[in-house]
Amino acid sequence: MSVSKDEYARMMQRAAPQSPLWLDCLKAFSVGGAICCLAEGLLLTLTHCGMGYDHAKALTMITLIVLTAALTGLGVFDRIAKHAGAGTAVPITGFANAMVAPTLESKAEGFIRGAGAQMFSIAGPVIAYGCSTAAVYGLIYYCLQRWGKA
Amino acid sequence: MTARTGTTIRFDRGPQIVAGAALVGKKEGDGPLGAAFDAIEPDATFGEPTWEQAESTLLRRTIGHAIKKAGRTPAEIDVLFSGDLQNQCAASSFAVREFSVPFCGLFGACSTMALSLTLAAIGLDSGAFRTAVAATVSHFCTAERQFRHPLEYGGQRTPTAQWTVTGAGAAVLQRYDERAALPQIAAVRPGTIRDLGVTDAANMGAAMAPAAKDAVAGFLRDTGAAPSDFDLILTGDLGQVGSDLLRELLLREDGVDLGTVHNDCGLMIFDREAQDVHAGGSGCGCSASVLCAHILPRLMRGALNTVLFVATGALLSANSALQGQSIPGIAHAVLLTAPHGKETP
Repeated sequence: MSVSKDEYARMMQRAAPQSPLWLDCLKAFSVGGAICCLAEGLLLTLTHCGMGYDHAKALTMITLIVLTAALTGLGVFDRIAKHAGAGTAVPITGFANAMVAPTLESKAEGFIRGAGAQMFSIAGPVIAYGCSTAAVYGLIYYCLQRWGKA
Repeated sequence: MTARTGTTIRFDRGPQIVAGAALVGKKEGDGPLGAAFDAIEPDATFGEPTWEQAESTLLRRTIGHAIKKAGRTPAEIDVLFSGDLQNQCAASSFAVREFSVPFCGLFGACSTMALSLTLAAIGLDSGAFRTAVAATVSHFCTAERQFRHPLEYGGQRTPTAQWTVTGAGAAVLQRYDERAALPQIAAVRPGTIRDLGVTDAANMGAAMAPAAKDAVAGFLRDTGAAPSDFDLILTGDLGQVGSDLLRELLLREDGVDLGTVHNDCGLMIFDREAQDVHAGGSGCGCSASVLCAHILPRLMRGALNTVLFVATGALLSANSALQGQSIPGIAHAVLLTAPHGKETP
């Protein structure tokens, strides 16, 4: 007797091991939290040393990006991310890794069609939909500001 | 006389396997079967500037080594069947270009070793060829690039995901010669595609298990055999999830209990826990290297008498997966027997 697709989907669900959800959450929280603490510490240090808040903020982000790029290049970042999951993906480190990883890997296909084109293969959708969402949000905000009070 | 029952082709004078060779990468060499492989290459680039070329070099070396072990030269090979996971089977085409051997490129995804053995056996049995090579290769880095993410991308793998083996296997076959005491291909059964609607490309074992079930059950039906008639029913790369599903499907659909006779190359090549490969190994090179390095020598010395080798393939493309299409699974069965006179009762 043939197993139907629905039955097989249920069999598959039973056979598939589950991710350790709580452990994964704990790891993501710890690593993500550590990254944020590092950034916050850097920001406080820079402002404490007399740097303006905006400049200090920009330099903090640049530091995280450069650090991620270096760790990606050294083949370390993915080993941390394997455990950290959203902990490394959500902060700007995830974005930096998503840009550097495909760029490095596509060197062999040349600088134009390879590295240059593939650079945005993962981060591209984030930029595209991020900007689109920002534009829509901005429009709504503008309308509320303009006519909301009346 | 060669006979076809159902879709199984049984050879009266089954083509013989003269020699097999398997080369693998470091991770595979560190696995439980490490000592069995002909060579373990610690450098994943195989001295090449790109991963794709590395895969070709791995295959070229493996084929060269198998031909040498068989005591032949490339000029004595009548045909070479090989395939891989790269687009347009590039790894194979580039690997064999310096051999000047008639070449048939195949795509059977991870089922390629059984497919190449099947076609080589039919060609040899028909009298069209005297000597043939069946080979295949996979490389973790090219497979990741083509089907998943860039290597350094910081993503997480699901528990059902499998680890593509960096490895190649090649077997040199000859037309039956009664003077030679060599393992034989007694029967082959080209597989049919079965698709039970699995769309998760990170659960290949589940996608291929129904096809593996059809291959095993079909072979048993066509030959009137029972699982206990084999020393080993060896699937290609179902991993833990696919192996569990294969057993359950066989029991539910056909009432066949595999007992302890089944094993899976994807479960044999790595230590799943220690090597962190989740559901097991996968890739064309998984079943090919396990067969050529671990199984063939045991058949040659009579430690195994009858092995039903069922390599499984997930016939998806990177685009079909993105387009939400389910994964067509396939499995080809090859019955391997020990040399005459070496059978143990």
